[in-house]
Amino acid sequence: MQRIGVFVCHCGTNIAATVDVKAVAEALGHEPGVVISQDYQYMCSESGQQLVKNAIKEQKLTGVVVCSCSPRMHENTFRKAAASAGLNPYLVEIANIREQCSWIHKDIATATDKAIILGKAAVAKVHLNTPLNSMESPVVKRALVIGGGIAGIQTALDIAEAGFEVDIVEKQPTIGGKMAQIDKTFPTLDCAACILTPKMVEASQNEKITIHSFSEVEDVKGFVGNFTVKIKKKARYVDETKCTGCGLCTEKCPMKKVPNEFNMGLDNRSAVYIPFAQAVPKVATIDPNYCMMLKTGKCGVCSKVCSAGAIDYKQKDTIIEQKYGAIVVATGFNPINLDKYDEFAYNQCPDVVTSLELERLMNAAGPNGGTLLRPSDKSHPHTIVFVQCVGSRCDDEKGKPYCSKICCMYTAKHAMLIREKYPDTEVYVFYIDVRTPGKNFDEFYRRAVEQYNVHYIKGMVGKVTPKSDGKIDVQASDLLANEQLHIDADMVVLAAAIEPDKTARPLATMLTTQMDTNDFFTEAHPKLRPVESATAGIFLSGACQGPKDIPETVAQGSAAAAKAIGLLCKNSITCNPCVAHSNELMCNGCSSCEKVCPYGAITYIDKEFRMPDRTTKIRRVASVNPAVCQGCGACTVACPSGAMDLSGFSNSQIMAEVDAICK
Amino acid sequence: MQVNDNFEPVIVAFCCNWCSYAGADLSGTNRLNYPTNVKIIRVPCSCRVNPMFILRAFQKGADGVIICGCHPGDCHYTSGNYFTRRRITLLYSMLDFLGIERNRTRLEWVSAAEGAKFAATMEQFTADVKALGPNRRLEDLRCRKQ
Repeated sequence: MQRIGVFVCHCGTNIAATVDVKAVAEALGHEPGVVISQDYQYMCSESGQQLVKNAIKEQKLTGVVVCSCSPRMHENTFRKAAASAGLNPYLVEIANIREQCSWIHKDIATATDKAIILGKAAVAKVHLNTPLNSMESPVVKRALVIGGGIAGIQTALDIAEAGFEVDIVEKQPTIGGKMAQIDKTFPTLDCAACILTPKMVEASQNEKITIHSFSEVEDVKGFVGNFTVKIKKKARYVDETKCTGCGLCTEKCPMKKVPNEFNMGLDNRSAVYIPFAQAVPKVATIDPNYCMMLKTGKCGVCSKVCSAGAIDYKQKDTIIEQKYGAIVVATGFNPINLDKYDEFAYNQCPDVVTSLELERLMNAAGPNGGTLLRPSDKSHPHTIVFVQCVGSRCDDEKGKPYCSKICCMYTAKHAMLIREKYPDTEVYVFYIDVRTPGKNFDEFYRRAVEQYNVHYIKGMVGKVTPKSDGKIDVQASDLLANEQLHIDADMVVLAAAIEPDKTARPLATMLTTQMDTNDFFTEAHPKLRPVESATAGIFLSGACQGPKDIPETVAQGSAAAAKAIGLLCKNSITCNPCVAHSNELMCNGCSSCEKVCPYGAITYIDKEFRMPDRTTKIRRVASVNPAVCQGCGACTVACPSGAMDLSGFSNSQIMAEVDAICK
Repeated sequence: MQVNDNFEPVIVAFCCNWCSYAGADLSGTNRLNYPTNVKIIRVPCSCRVNPMFILRAFQKGADGVIICGCHPGDCHYTSGNYFTRRRITLLYSMLDFLGIERNRTRLEWVSAAEGAKFAATMEQFTADVKALGPNRRLEDLRCRKQ
């Protein structure tokens, strides 16, 4: 005979204000099997838990129902309490009478009725609960970091520091990411390369870190502590182990008209290239879209000049398979495509550039060697207009609804740097709002306005029109002065919104992690678990989770590393015991369940059965690997003979809940 | 059809643990009202909902059953909601054959961020079921509480 205890929580007034908790406790006390039914102010508090523990011991309870907040909130709290009192934690059920009752209903009578029904459903379910025991699953002591920007580098360095092996997978030929392209960093104005490249070198020299550059994640299988990942190393037609990075091939390559991605297409590179001087690994890569040898079979200059014999035109993509305990996603961001913004004439006029293009134009290693010149005629610009929020905080289809966060600061930085280097240049910044929270950020912006006399104008630019004399007419409104402006500019710089990298969504599908509508990865809890994804063992680092500046990215990278280290330190982890199991006597080995299982957790075994006539017979039956099963339940519905069931959410338990609600 | 103003339908909602149950919690956190008729059963994934559970609910006197899962492509278990979609499509054709109104059963995608959608969906579904009147065809009168 079951002995069930019911505990109804007031949650202060959160529940008690709209639900008559005493009536709920009274009504549930009459349910079959219920031996004790109590209410208490705060059931989750120390004394509330003590109440539950005492009842378990004194009343020798075989099941506990707590009517309180969402099980997503306190299910674990009460399970632990039950375990400490000697009751199997899976004999506890929660009736959600706060989020799904008291908070959404106003009428006390109907809300109380609903709370009683929810309580009855939980009592009906707990009657059929069975004690479950968690299995232990070993943890592979190796981490994978996807993305080799500053976020990924920081995470990898921190994990390696703790003594674990880390692999970085980077899709570009070099690590470094967006930060490598940036000229100076706000608010200190120190050069990005000076602070980033030592970290890149540190990552490459750390013996715990393996960098797979020019590689992509192809497939992810497994679960927390035991992921199996296939990494595709794309053919770079250069033997990484032999190439010394001397750069002779890049000089001699006859095909020099390839747009240079690193300089945002503002100059050209050769078909065999090293993205930039401090690239890590410093290894040449052949671009098969432009290489004459790979396209037509005629050329071969690079292989002739290479003294190391590293060029290999026959190289193929290779797949590496590796096991990992934890995966950190650091796929970063990209500026949005501005093709749809005709009003800013970005595609018509070369002197309308994005902010990232301006970074390259001003960088000493950029196309103009650090002198700011107009891309069209290489003349010195005298009037520069910055347009903020291009595609950010947009309510239409073209742009993004969110604030890209970093644009206000980098625009202030650009304006300041230009005014400092070229005091004869007039700089205008059109903004909707200036948002500069952050340590020393607002001071920085005010310096741009007060010390450097940058003209900040509140208003949006309506139209940018290139004129025949090479100037650009910028038509804008000044909202504070309430007047229309026409500015004859030499250059226009657009602060394009940033968006998650295009590879993020397919990756999220592989990792079974969640994304929001803007394709940013969703964290497990927006406030309390900001660097973990909802999928165990997958962590988030940097701008893949939301727009971030460098200090925030580094902080989050380290936080993600700390979480990953916490996992890798464990020798084994406890698995969810709510997994599928098959009743071998009913299973007919039809394979329906195997086909729907997304994890490959179901295999078939030949098992010997004793028949009624005392003979034995070998039959093929399904067998679930509890360490691999994640407990979705797809197989339970697919099974035609009803042999498959899910612990914790069994057919009979759900049916009992249905019955309790409908009666 | 004769509409009884006092008719309060019994509605069973199956919500997947990762998206829709969290969405329901969110509508609670945001204090978004929806009718008390809706009672939620938590399942790990919408694909855990056996069509038998839906028929059982109707047999036991439910007037409407709604299944909520993650949006296509967002399933915590990668592909569970696709199974649900197919199974419910099949169930619809069976319910059509039996002459049960389609509007009594609904499949809806609600993410963990869509508290407002959850509340609005439940509001609408309750109104739809109210308009249909009580479920008489599938209810097993022997199950009715005396």
